[in-house]
Amino acid sequence: MLIDWFTVAAQAVNFLILVWLLKRFLYAPIINAIDAREKRIAAELAHAETMQAEAHASMADYARKQAELEAERIVLLKQATDDAAVERQRLISIARSDADDLRGKQQEQLQNEYRQLGDEISRKASAEAFAIAKKILCDLADESLEERMAAVFIQRLGMLDINVQQQLANATQVLVRSAFAQTERSTIEDAIRKLTPAEINFEVMPELINGIVLIAHGHKIVWSVADYLSTLENEVSTLLKMQPAGESK
Amino acid sequence: MHLSTDEIILLQYGAIKLNATIATTWLLMILLVAGAKHVTRNLGNEVRITRWQSLLEIIVIGIRNQIGEVGLRQPEKYLGFVGTLFLFIATANLLTVFPVYEPPTGSLSTTTALALLVFVAVPFYAIRERGLPGYLKTFAEPTLIMLPFNIISELSHTLALAVRLFGNMMSGTMILAILLIVTPFIFPMLMNMLGLLTGMVQAYIFSVLATVFIAAASGTSDTINEDRG
Repeated sequence: MLIDWFTVAAQAVNFLILVWLLKRFLYAPIINAIDAREKRIAAELAHAETMQAEAHASMADYARKQAELEAERIVLLKQATDDAAVERQRLISIARSDADDLRGKQQEQLQNEYRQLGDEISRKASAEAFAIAKKILCDLADESLEERMAAVFIQRLGMLDINVQQQLANATQVLVRSAFAQTERSTIEDAIRKLTPAEINFEVMPELINGIVLIAHGHKIVWSVADYLSTLENEVSTLLKMQPAGESK
Repeated sequence: MHLSTDEIILLQYGAIKLNATIATTWLLMILLVAGAKHVTRNLGNEVRITRWQSLLEIIVIGIRNQIGEVGLRQPEKYLGFVGTLFLFIATANLLTVFPVYEPPTGSLSTTTALALLVFVAVPFYAIRERGLPGYLKTFAEPTLIMLPFNIISELSHTLALAVRLFGNMMSGTMILAILLIVTPFIFPMLMNMLGLLTGMVQAYIFSVLATVFIAAASGTSDTINEDRG
């Protein structure tokens, strides 16, 4: 007989024992190891995904910050440029005003110098003219210039307008300013007495150079070298004005 | 020559005897368990694993997937039985490359034992899944008239499995033996190689058929229900 029933039973038992042994030593450990590894891999994948998400978030945050910084930089740069432009305008205006002040001062100084020069020329010219006139008068008429001037002054008094003569007659006080000596005073005083009964005061003013000034009742009658000098002065000033224009060329 | 390894008696004490079939089975058991124990003694859950662990994982996962493909929903529950069937038969047949080795599956006693175990396992798993009334009801399907045919079918499953495995194993061994006498050179080697292939195919067919029977009886197979429908 091909089938030995004892062997069949033994083989069945053997097989069941083998099932139990393999379950214990093969399937369970292997399945557990696989499950554990799958869990671990899943955990690692989850962790990696978390990390990736975090990295993405960090990257987005970084990009956002960078954009903010860039925007801030542009704003700051624009502000700095604007500030610089304003500062530049301010400095230019300061420099311009300083230059204007300096130019004004220079012009003022020039005008002062010009004026001083004019005064000096006037003074010297009148002194020179007076000296020349005095010498000429002395040489020609054999009388002092003062006498001649007093004579002219007296002559002028006589030629005064009627209204002026009237007002002079009403004056209570007359002031006579002259640059020369007391010798001619009596002559002038007599001439004035003919016109007014007012009190006559004399005052010597060397600045007048040569000439006589009568002040009474708001009127001023002048005869001096100044009349001639003014003409000279005008001519000299014209000459002086022409001179800087010529130099500038 | 021996037709079956059952006839080689190594030890005998009354009715109890240790024949070559049982002895070879024990050797196989020791080999399988020792190998499994050796590989699984320090399993790690590291991403990098040893080659042997990888091999065992491939085998175990392959069997599990195969059970799942047949249609059983929880392959782990059947892994012990079906997986051991496959590993035992495959190992027994693969070792035929050794000259003096006689596979225990070449003995009708062993194949009968395995077939009987499947015969018992089918109602065992079916009752565990459906309960006893649910299982008994399947014999009266689709009508009560089919009851005897269903019982015959159930028995013939077992017989078919036993004979299939025995026939293939024994025929391989027999043909080899005969060919050794007729043409001692080259040809037996080719037959031996063919024997390796058929051995593996038998292991696969036996375990898959067992799974299919279990799945059909347990009614947990979507595939089979769909096929029937």
